[in-house]
Amino acid sequence: MTVSHQCFHCGAPLAADAPVAVVDAAERVFCSDACRRVAELIDARGLGRFYEFREGPTGTSTEKDRREDRWAGYDREALQREFVTRNPDGTLSAHLLLQGVRCAACAWLIDGAMTALAGVRSISVDPVTTRAVLTWHPDETQLSVLLANLARLGYTPFPYTEDDADRVAIEEQRAGLKRLIISGLGMMQVVSFAIAMYAGAFQSMDEDIREFLRLVSLVVATPVVFYAGWPFFVRAWKGIRERALGMDVPVSLAIGFAFTASVWNTFVGDGEIYFDSATMFVFFLTGARYLEMMGRHRALSLTGSLARHLPGTATRLVDGRAEEVGVMELQVGDHLQIQPGKALPADGVLLSSEARLDESVLTGESTPIRKLTGDPVVAGSLNLTHAAEIEVQRVGAETVMAQIGRLVTDAREQRPRLVEISDRVASWFVAGVLLSACVVGAIWWQIAPARTFEIVLAVLVVTCPCALALATPAVFTVATSALARRGFMIRRAGALQSLSRATDVVFDKTGTLTIHDSVDPDVVTHGKQTAAEALEIAAALEACSEHPLARAFPPPAVAGLAEDVRAVPGAGLEGRIAGRDYRIGTLEFALEICGQLGEISPHGDSRRIAYLADVDGLIAEFDIAERVRDGARDDIGRLAGMGLEITIASGDRLAPVQALAARLGVRATHAGLHPEEKLSFVRGLQEAGRKVVMVGDGINDSPVLAGADVSVAMGSGTSLAQYSADCVLMSPSLEPLAGAVATARKAMQVVRQNLVWAICYNLVALPLAATGVLSPWMAALGMSASSLLVTANALRLGRRERAPLAEQPASESAAESAVEPTAACCKPTGGAAS
Amino acid sequence: MTIIYLLIPLGLVVLVLAVGAFFWAVRSGQFDDMETPAWRILLDDDSAPPGPKDD
Repeated sequence: MTVSHQCFHCGAPLAADAPVAVVDAAERVFCSDACRRVAELIDARGLGRFYEFREGPTGTSTEKDRREDRWAGYDREALQREFVTRNPDGTLSAHLLLQGVRCAACAWLIDGAMTALAGVRSISVDPVTTRAVLTWHPDETQLSVLLANLARLGYTPFPYTEDDADRVAIEEQRAGLKRLIISGLGMMQVVSFAIAMYAGAFQSMDEDIREFLRLVSLVVATPVVFYAGWPFFVRAWKGIRERALGMDVPVSLAIGFAFTASVWNTFVGDGEIYFDSATMFVFFLTGARYLEMMGRHRALSLTGSLARHLPGTATRLVDGRAEEVGVMELQVGDHLQIQPGKALPADGVLLSSEARLDESVLTGESTPIRKLTGDPVVAGSLNLTHAAEIEVQRVGAETVMAQIGRLVTDAREQRPRLVEISDRVASWFVAGVLLSACVVGAIWWQIAPARTFEIVLAVLVVTCPCALALATPAVFTVATSALARRGFMIRRAGALQSLSRATDVVFDKTGTLTIHDSVDPDVVTHGKQTAAEALEIAAALEACSEHPLARAFPPPAVAGLAEDVRAVPGAGLEGRIAGRDYRIGTLEFALEICGQLGEISPHGDSRRIAYLADVDGLIAEFDIAERVRDGARDDIGRLAGMGLEITIASGDRLAPVQALAARLGVRATHAGLHPEEKLSFVRGLQEAGRKVVMVGDGINDSPVLAGADVSVAMGSGTSLAQYSADCVLMSPSLEPLAGAVATARKAMQVVRQNLVWAICYNLVALPLAATGVLSPWMAALGMSASSLLVTANALRLGRRERAPLAEQPASESAAESAVEPTAACCKPTGGAAS
Repeated sequence: MTIIYLLIPLGLVVLVLAVGAFFWAVRSGQFDDMETPAWRILLDDDSAPPGPKDD
């Protein structure tokens, strides 16, 4: 057995007395009993091989979610109506969103474990969208049992109501597939007839058989043109009506002309037919469109749904009695009781006299907000202190949260500027194609009227701005989804382009390069309080904060002790406990409360970060061991190796920042910066012509994140960050960042390659077609090959790269443990993912 | 060569049947998830897993 420093199941760092269990035929160490139980359950069901195949650490459910009564509300029919459908054979299918599904191995595990349960007919899990459809027989088992079982496996289920966008996506996908197959099969038939006729021309084919083959070609080509090719006509017509010439205009002109002329010639029984060219053209274009569409859907569905932020059930008060109901059953006017620590399920007004809410999911403001009777409250905000009562005013899609969700979706679907530019260029290009087709047609009409049609057709077909109109958007969607799969979400459309031009990366320190998750800081007391008392005060204050540092403190024994807690960004927290004012944070900030700044010299070594003080003076220092984020040194090294200037800009004092910089191999550091100073530092770089990527936790850094060319927020921070930053790093390591810059650069390179290809291709193909060297079927083949080439070039970005993971661990563990013994826990995640 | 007057329409009938089968498969959602089934065959054990056990 190898000595592991990470939980076997979830990858979290281990505590001293970590539980041990035998799983998958070896002794494994776990961070908590919850993880141990999940792993034991998986092993007991004979599914231990899951651990060999999964792509990274897996999630754990909370103790509460594992109990069946947590899910009892979902057995009610009224609640099931929203996400459960009834099948003809009497079984029911529930649509669920599963938290913690990472890869196909998870899907396999869920499938294996769930279908073994009595009453379960099937469960299908899509690892990309983390959606699942669970089918069971209501006579044999209950949904609550199944949901609890899912939670016990470590995947917390959420009922999922398909929104319109998803339904549309699935419909579009299915329709695209049908069109692809119709055009593909039709094309094969028609081309084989065409070859027969071509060969027949040399071997004196009977006129009757020739006529018959032409007729059959017509029969097969008709559905290809009018079913598979229909979207081209629709889009072309739309484009013409909106006075925007897209690539669909010449495409549908070519298909339409070729088909009409062929039909005419078939019935006249004379002249060329072009069914082969038309069907080939439709098939290849449909294929390229299909690939592009699949890439786009993947990119869009990945960011998941906001539904996860809302609780599934609520406590409704009816005549003073409390009953558990599903959120979807709630109606305007209902009175709800919200337990402390729970999120509000609907918008409404507060009925209790006072409540403290954390609205950071919506507003990004992490400081608790004090609400009084009659104040409006919004769904998704967290009730922090006492149980509160609210009256429901808006539910479901009308809540503020749902509206924000729509905004986020809109932001995802906005078109990057580069795509817009290439669209505009494409429309000029199309105008040029149409014009040159007319000119060529006019010239050939003078020379050889009989060949005019064929040549105009070839010109229309061969020149197609697909590199612009098809491949450029494809590059963006594919790159976005490839990055999302590696844990790097892009939220602003232009971010990819800016990322490719970046010259500087500025890191925040706390919560970005380092994490605090010890929950057991060392305490040095100065005043009369004992260490335990001091810790309790600090914990009560920090419980109201979302700063990454706050996670270093244990949860307070009594919730809601601290009042009027106010966060001062970059400094600390201030609040009142039992009538006494306290401050915790930097030395300067904490000592301001007693006016003893400079009079007290702290024990302070460089790692002591948090100071607690009241009006009588300094109470305690908290030694919060900072842990360097897993693999940070290698990841930063890789960024630097790509020619990026790395800078650390931190609000922390100089000594710890420099110590960290030395460990990470970063030369440029700026310490003791306030958020505004960080911003002016970034502005300074920008004025010097640099393009700055700012990486922060998103709380203290909001202004500087907004000021940078590209902002990246660590996903482990609050939800605020996910709304204000251009990109969100979802993985616990910085590893995807270097990959993102590399992918962004490669994406821009692909865009350039495609443009160069398109220009060269058209420069060669247009004269050939105009001089009559190319016949229409050659033109169709050439154009299709060109468009497939550019699309495939774009899709190339989506390929996974696994190789760099393997070479990472050895060098870093050695380097880090040499600097400081405690760094041994910073085992790179790469080891777990292999 | 008159046999092709029979064979080609016959081929077209088979084509229509194949397209019909494919459309049915698409409609019943068989192409909605292209990733998991590929994994299932690699990972599945032939032996049935032991019955459910609560922790």
